[in-house]
Amino acid sequence: MAGIAIEGIRKSFGATQVLKAVSLQLRQGEFLSLVGPSGCGKTTLLRIIAGLKTADSGAIHIAGREVTRLRAADRDIAMVFQNYALYPHLTVAENLAVPLVMRALTPWQRLPLLGRLAPGTAARRREIAARVQAAAEMLRIGHLLDRRPVQLSGGQRQRVALGRALVRQPSAFLMDEPLSNLDAELRASTRREIVELHRAAGVTTVYVTHDQVEAMTMSDRVAVMMGGEVLQLGTPREVYEEPAELRVAAFLGSPRINTLKVAAAPDGLRLGPVTLPLQAAAAPGTRLTLGLRPEAFALAGEGLAARVEHLEFLGAELLLHGRLAADESPIIARLPQAETAGLAIGAQVALAVEWRAALLFDAEGKRLRLAPQREAAHA
Amino acid sequence: MPEAPLPRFAAPPPARFALSEAAAAWLLSAPAMLSLFLLLLGPSLALIALSFTDWELGAGGLTWIGLGNYAELLEDRTFLAALRNTLLYVALVMPSSIGLGLLIALLVEGGKRLRATFRAIYFLPVVSLLVAMATAWQYLLHPTIGPVNRLLALFGVAPINWLGSSDWVLLSLCAIGLWENLGYVVVLFMAGLTAIPSELYAAAEMDGARSPWARFRLVTWPLLGPTTLFVVTITAIRCLRVFDTVAALTDGGPNNASEVLLHVMYKEGFTYFRIGYSAAITAVFLAVVLALMLIQTRILDRRIHYA
Repeated sequence: MAGIAIEGIRKSFGATQVLKAVSLQLRQGEFLSLVGPSGCGKTTLLRIIAGLKTADSGAIHIAGREVTRLRAADRDIAMVFQNYALYPHLTVAENLAVPLVMRALTPWQRLPLLGRLAPGTAARRREIAARVQAAAEMLRIGHLLDRRPVQLSGGQRQRVALGRALVRQPSAFLMDEPLSNLDAELRASTRREIVELHRAAGVTTVYVTHDQVEAMTMSDRVAVMMGGEVLQLGTPREVYEEPAELRVAAFLGSPRINTLKVAAAPDGLRLGPVTLPLQAAAAPGTRLTLGLRPEAFALAGEGLAARVEHLEFLGAELLLHGRLAADESPIIARLPQAETAGLAIGAQVALAVEWRAALLFDAEGKRLRLAPQREAAHA
Repeated sequence: MPEAPLPRFAAPPPARFALSEAAAAWLLSAPAMLSLFLLLLGPSLALIALSFTDWELGAGGLTWIGLGNYAELLEDRTFLAALRNTLLYVALVMPSSIGLGLLIALLVEGGKRLRATFRAIYFLPVVSLLVAMATAWQYLLHPTIGPVNRLLALFGVAPINWLGSSDWVLLSLCAIGLWENLGYVVVLFMAGLTAIPSELYAAAEMDGARSPWARFRLVTWPLLGPTTLFVVTITAIRCLRVFDTVAALTDGGPNNASEVLLHVMYKEGFTYFRIGYSAAITAVFLAVVLALMLIQTRILDRRIHYA
């Protein structure tokens, strides 16, 4: 299989297990994000794929070739670093040319002056210059070719770093939080640009980020990592709507998913004195966690009673921070602006719940199936 | 509602205020300028003035003799030998200690363990008193009882009078100079190496720089540029100032074979009390130092500062 195959990668630093037998399969041309909080092992995994770190055990295949024992330079991949890692003494054109020069010219041909005399150097240099020019045009940095990195803005440096990866057609791209040093506006536009470049080049890409918005908006598939493991691998929609674990559900989505402590009962789920119209496949009395996304609520005539504690106006929407009457647990509801006229802090409201979107987790945080039972909650 | 006139912030300050500001600026910078002149520029100018006189310490008066001292220098075989030896010393010790120092720094930084220990060991000659260490060298290089000759004897090499033969004495001093400067260079280069971001080495590896030499050319050497300029400057000055070992070990001999600029200057000024002549030698020394500095800043400085 082309693409990238990662099989059972383990890595420890001293007594700390950073990666616990991670396996992932990327299709040819796929854009996969490794997303997770800092310290989850995503950057270590990326560096192991790159060949900059060695795994304790496991194997890596890139484009159908086993590369586990190959050094980074021989893996035919390109990487964009978080701090761009541009060579400060070289111009933009020279920075872009480095990957080509290192591969297309012999050490003799690379010599500053003597190299020009070696046969074939001039022709190769011309070809390199043409490819640098083409990459620069594609990234709209053609006018910056004579500048040094220090004379560029953060966004321009980021483009040069992208260009250095693109200029050679590698069999995979690795990106290590390439947008984290950009301001919010630039980050949004560059996000889209990277996706478009990926679509045009069709190169398998592993993208590391701690930003769930980047992971969700850019990727074909998302691998959510925590504590050195891939908790879930799926399309952005799958991991958001059908999280396999409470930790995944809690990591993805902003504001965070509401979690309610409930107990299984013969006729539904108990939330304090309230019985919820949900049936779980669990023995009565089992303690469970119910996850409700903020957008699963709506203001209605009847539903879960709650007291408004704080309101956040977001323009089209409003975030209602409240406390449920049933068990005093805090909740956040995302409500369309149009329906919230007259809401005030301290008011009592009834929140109707889209029970089909409810997520149920067992005591270990693993997902449980449930079926909607009735439409309304009863006191 | 009638609007009150806005205060005119944009109006230029009154002239009296501007004047007092300029006066305050002069007043505040006066102590620095005064001490700069008194402590640094003044003595140098006095020295140059003295070099145009025949003043001798203890003599009653002094006469302005123009370029007389300098004319004498051109005829003075001791001075010419000293100038030649000093430049040779710089030409040998500076490149070898920088080259070897860089190599050692790369090796020590490349390894993971004992970095601090190596740093301390290599820095030892710098912090030890050179005159005291010179006696150790005298023993090491002694023609009959010295370990160096005994070691060479094992390979059948006839004993060499390291410090007593005019063929070997300058080379021996150069070797001691290398030993003296190496630690300094190593420590400076090690500091420069730690400042290179490791991401750049990762990028170089990804870009296909396979050999250590390719990574050195692509990353290490260019990024060490500012450090190298500093090391070259410092080492050149330290080499030009060679004095202690000559004074302690050879006294310029035999037959001026190890005579150096500062030692001649010292002898003329403090043994023969010919202050005017000694000042002329110092002026030549300063001219050489200044010329070196100018070359370095003109040629190198422009090419190595990227940020």
